[in-house]
Amino acid sequence: MSDTTVDPRYRRKPPKRPLRLSWADERVRGIVWQILVVGAIGSVIWWLWSNTVHNLEVRRIATGFGFLNREAGLPIAESLIEYDPTHTYFRALLVGVLNTLKVAVVGIVLATILGTLIGIARLSKNYLVAKLSAFYVEVIRDLPLLLQLLFWYTILQGLPGPRQALQPIEGVFLSNRGMKMPALVWENAHTAAMVAFVAGIVLTWLYARQARAKQMADGQPRKVWPAAVALMAGLPVLTWQVMGAPWEIDWPALRGFNFRGGMNISPEYAALLIGLVTYTAGFIAEVVRAGILSVNQGQWEAAQALGLRHGSVLRLIVMPQALRVIIPPMTSNYLNLTKNSSLAVAIGYQDIVSIANTTLNQTGQAIEGIAIIMAVYLSISLSISLFMNWYNAKIALVER
Amino acid sequence: MSDITANSPPVAAGSPPRSAPITAVGPIAWLRTNLFSGWLSTAVTLVLGYLVIRAVMGFVDWAFINAIWSVPVAPNGQAQTQACRELQGSGACWAVVTEKHRFMLFGTYPYEQHWRPALVCILFVALYIVSALKRFWNWTLVPIWIGTLTAIGVLMWGGLFGLPYVPQERWGGLPITLILATFGLAFAFPLSILVALGRRSSLPAIKVLCILYVELIRGVPLISLLFMASVMFPLFLPEGMNIDKLLRAQIAIILFAGAYLAEVVRAGLQALPKGQYEAADAMGLSYWQKTGLIILPQALRTVIPPLVNTFIGFFKDTSLVLIIGIFDLLTAGKTAIVEPSWQGFGIEVYVFVGSIYLVFCFAMSKYSAGLESDLNRHRRR
Repeated sequence: MSDTTVDPRYRRKPPKRPLRLSWADERVRGIVWQILVVGAIGSVIWWLWSNTVHNLEVRRIATGFGFLNREAGLPIAESLIEYDPTHTYFRALLVGVLNTLKVAVVGIVLATILGTLIGIARLSKNYLVAKLSAFYVEVIRDLPLLLQLLFWYTILQGLPGPRQALQPIEGVFLSNRGMKMPALVWENAHTAAMVAFVAGIVLTWLYARQARAKQMADGQPRKVWPAAVALMAGLPVLTWQVMGAPWEIDWPALRGFNFRGGMNISPEYAALLIGLVTYTAGFIAEVVRAGILSVNQGQWEAAQALGLRHGSVLRLIVMPQALRVIIPPMTSNYLNLTKNSSLAVAIGYQDIVSIANTTLNQTGQAIEGIAIIMAVYLSISLSISLFMNWYNAKIALVER
Repeated sequence: MSDITANSPPVAAGSPPRSAPITAVGPIAWLRTNLFSGWLSTAVTLVLGYLVIRAVMGFVDWAFINAIWSVPVAPNGQAQTQACRELQGSGACWAVVTEKHRFMLFGTYPYEQHWRPALVCILFVALYIVSALKRFWNWTLVPIWIGTLTAIGVLMWGGLFGLPYVPQERWGGLPITLILATFGLAFAFPLSILVALGRRSSLPAIKVLCILYVELIRGVPLISLLFMASVMFPLFLPEGMNIDKLLRAQIAIILFAGAYLAEVVRAGLQALPKGQYEAADAMGLSYWQKTGLIILPQALRTVIPPLVNTFIGFFKDTSLVLIIGIFDLLTAGKTAIVEPSWQGFGIEVYVFVGSIYLVFCFAMSKYSAGLESDLNRHRRR
């Protein structure tokens, strides 16, 4: 449509100027500069590389990733998959990656919740709430994360030993060996119930989408929550009942010097998680606050004039608009949390950095070890960026 | 103009002006609107108020009332911390700070020479204050920085002007943190400007190199770079050539900070209206004249608040050198409680070390917030 209105003179490409071999020609200068810079950087890299090859030969350090198939012989305290020191290095590193993901995923979810709450609290009309959140944000952002992690770890280690463990709730024991909780003995029925729960979420989402489409067609709002409860709670319970309703609890009990049975949250994991969540929440709070403030005051007033309540205004009018401002900096906070989880090595939580570091000390293959660390973080960072960019594109303002 | 007072509204005779009711102005009204505006708000205020008072009283009890400020030292140099242990967490043992603060601040620097690192810290603070003043935001900063950093090097190493020589292995504590942050900044900032310009350059090879550098560095944690500096770097160098650990960590920090600062600078370059570039081109300025005289002075000014925020992050991140065993402030604090008689007093030490970081970061963050509102003054109504 607009093609007809453009002046044809502007659509013409400028004529190609012949390249003159002279310093006065901008393109010649550009090419010369590029050759010089690339040549300089390339030769530095080549120099470092040849030094490395020579040093590796002199020190008789093996190269390549062959060590991955050798027996690791390094003990790992907590692992999501079956592991013992006779397994290979590859499996040990995989345990490390899973441990990193365990703390990063849980941390991102908790930090988002806490950060959003504090960000909204900082805008509260209640003076005390607003000032307390502001104080929290200021203090937590001005202290190094590593210091905070060491601080939390010191506190958790200051808890009494297993024999004098605190028992805040029946069956939950707090000691310097971590937090012991009763655990369900996992059976196939529970896995099936989990699958049913996920299916319930998907079905609810489909149902809600259909309900919204119908509301768009005839203007009648439809109740979604009864179907949601039935699908997300009823379906798993039904599945579990059909499979025989197994319900056996494994209670932790003191045997000798330590607890047996139950589920354990190690002090290292807890300190890392608390530190990461409280620290990142301080930054997320600022992002959320800035996002809400970026929405024009007129939007609030217009929504109130329509008769919406405060909560509905926030949920339906302000948040969808604020999200556009919030998502990009939120992505970088998620990336930071993931990268900061590498500080685990300082308090002895065995994440990928810690295990790769032990590996490179045992095998002497520093280059491979660090390459693995970097590759793992680059791929995690890239996945988070891709997902968040997809989400950002989805909620972005649809413009013509 | 002069008769403007004649047009002032007539004052009604007979009724003296009444003050507003106390439910509308004054402290009671303030309390009602800000703390007790509804039943929910009242409940939140009461619960939070109770918790805050409990927490503050608990902290005061722990930190001041029950605290022990010093302990006797046995003739063999062992501190007698029995009294502290008997508190069992009900009071702080500030004796660890009283006893060990020189070690935490200056590490293993020769004791009688401690005035030198102390003076270095003061010089650093003075340098920060001078750089924060708008009057110095021009080329005079460059000689000031070079001069101060040289003076700091002379003071720390010595060997000149009758100062005894102190090898770098004995440096430690706060000066190391400030050196890592400041030298890192001094080198990373020019690097970041070059990289940001390169990323917006029309020359494809340079652009690709800059993008690769920035994205690679930003995708990995600082620790992996520090590990690289500590275990991989020696392999890169020819045999017999060796760079000490502090300098290697410093290089890693410079490369790391350079990538993050470059993105901030690039944002400033992008925010500058295109007309500025075109006008400079129309004046017939060369690329470097255009960049140095027209683009950078404007672009950098707008990104000073985010730059300061990046500096804060970067100041805190220097504490990561703990992991590769460099003796900065945090490492010194952690080492101070390794001694058997002081074991278990980590909280006190971390509060002390934390308050030092807090002072520096808080000052920077207030400064950045002030600048930001200053730069946004034209937007305010």
